[in-house]
Amino acid sequence: MIPSVTLAALKDKISAFSVKGILLPVFGILVFILLWQVGASRVHTSLGEFPGPVVVYEQWNSLVAEHQRERVKEEKFYVRQEERNAERQAKDPSYVATLRDYTGKPTFFDQIFTSLYTVLAGFGLASLIAIPLGILIGLNRSVYSALNPVIQVFKPVSPLAWLPLVTMVVSASYVSDDPMFSKSFLTSMFTVTLCCMWPTLINTAVGVAAVEKDLLNVSKVLRLGWMTHVMKIVIPSAIPLMFTGLRLSLGIAWMVLIAAEMLAQNPGLGKFVWDEFQNGSSNSLGRIMVAVLMIGFIGYLLDRVMLTIQRFASWDKTQVLR
Amino acid sequence: MATHLDISHISIEFPTPKGPFKALDNVSLKIEKGEFVSLIGHSGCGKSTVLNIVAGLYDATEGGILLDGREVKGPGPERAVVFQNHSLLPWLTSYQNVELAVKQVFRKIKSKKEMHDWIMHNLELVHMTHAADKRPDEISGGMKQRVGIARALAMEPSVLLMDEPFGALDALTRAHLQDSLMEIQKDLNNTVIMITHDVDEAVLLSDRIVMMTNGPAATVGEILHVDLERPRDRLALANDPRYVDYRTQVLTFLYEKQRKVEPIQAVVKSKKTVTRAKVANA
Repeated sequence: MIPSVTLAALKDKISAFSVKGILLPVFGILVFILLWQVGASRVHTSLGEFPGPVVVYEQWNSLVAEHQRERVKEEKFYVRQEERNAERQAKDPSYVATLRDYTGKPTFFDQIFTSLYTVLAGFGLASLIAIPLGILIGLNRSVYSALNPVIQVFKPVSPLAWLPLVTMVVSASYVSDDPMFSKSFLTSMFTVTLCCMWPTLINTAVGVAAVEKDLLNVSKVLRLGWMTHVMKIVIPSAIPLMFTGLRLSLGIAWMVLIAAEMLAQNPGLGKFVWDEFQNGSSNSLGRIMVAVLMIGFIGYLLDRVMLTIQRFASWDKTQVLR
Repeated sequence: MATHLDISHISIEFPTPKGPFKALDNVSLKIEKGEFVSLIGHSGCGKSTVLNIVAGLYDATEGGILLDGREVKGPGPERAVVFQNHSLLPWLTSYQNVELAVKQVFRKIKSKKEMHDWIMHNLELVHMTHAADKRPDEISGGMKQRVGIARALAMEPSVLLMDEPFGALDALTRAHLQDSLMEIQKDLNNTVIMITHDVDEAVLLSDRIVMMTNGPAATVGEILHVDLERPRDRLALANDPRYVDYRTQVLTFLYEKQRKVEPIQAVVKSKKTVTRAKVANA
């Protein structure tokens, strides 16, 4: 029933899309895996061959299996604990059961989860500081002049330099018998915050300072109050650059976190990598490679999430986002 | 009766690295209520500066502006501006753009319902109700300028200031908007100051054309009263000898009496070549 011409056109469209959208990326990945396999087999280390794709795939499976075993063990632990407590209470009704948490080794996936919420907390805190401060700096040249040298000096500092200081400050100031957060979490989080706030701060400030003069004139003619001026003119106008900053910040946050976790032995993917390195078994390199790919993949996902939020929040739908 | 808008002996100097630059010198102009005045002159002659001073966006170095007997200080909605590049907020719809102005001016005077009706009324004046919910990047240049005019009209200004409002539009759209503006003007009878460099536009729309001399230290050169009965029709006027005569007078002023533009450019160019030569030598 469908005229054959449109059908052919449709086919063309689909094939054009699938060449660019699916075939080429798949081709790229296949070539990479091939080169990886060939290259890996030529690199020999004291821990054996450099892990190729096949080894990495096996290690991935073993990590998944390990995780499942651990979960079963955990479940059994809680069942046992409950049974034991019930038994003792049956013997002695006055007995108050103490409930203990399972203390098994965190699996690869536990570490991913830890890293994820740490990075989001650190990034969130950084945004909460950087966006308002950026708006202030962008609005006021004097504030800019006063803060600029400080920003320029702290911006290029590596996370590894901050880490010892943050660790000491957190241990000294966060003293509590029943801590809501673990110290390691706070150390990682603050290090991430300190390192990743700068792109958001600077881009927000630039965006705010670059509001079109015509729009500023509109605001003046309307005699908008300070608050309305900021909310209706300045912030919307700065949103595209603000998001550029936020995306850069989140990328940095993720990189910084892994490094911080490695160095400080704080729970997370970084610690997983370091532990495997110290472990030095024949599986270690394969496992580290799994972690490397996972870190890359999560970083990619985080950026995609920010991009989606940006598409939703930005008024400038003509802006090309990638 | 006192003058509605009295621009009194204003001069303005801008600081430059080479010392102060006097852009305007002793500009005086009295404008009656309901009068449509055009400022015309070569680009760079400071006509926009006059408008910006009246708007309150610049402060005159000497002299001042009286509006209904009171001195004008700083910008305000009673002197609404239609900017050359529409200056709509790109993140707001046409409706919201006008709403921002209406809320600011009538917040304490009108109820929500009244404000809504007033916004729609002004969009209707410029024939833009159909695109009330469209954002600026979804409508054409002429439509944006219409919304810009609606926003300015919605402030119910004592003086409407238009800074080359149709300068960025193509000839056909411009003619359309000029007709619309005349129609609106017939009903509202606003006091308008319009900057233009289009001779036909000036003659067609104005009651008076103020011709400015070339800068620096530009001032009012000649003033031409346009006594053509309204409503004016561009086609009928095209062959009207009075229209042709007014047009010729303005053209004569611009291209004979004030023909300084090209020599100035030549000087600038030769200066540039000199600096380049210096750079090359260094």
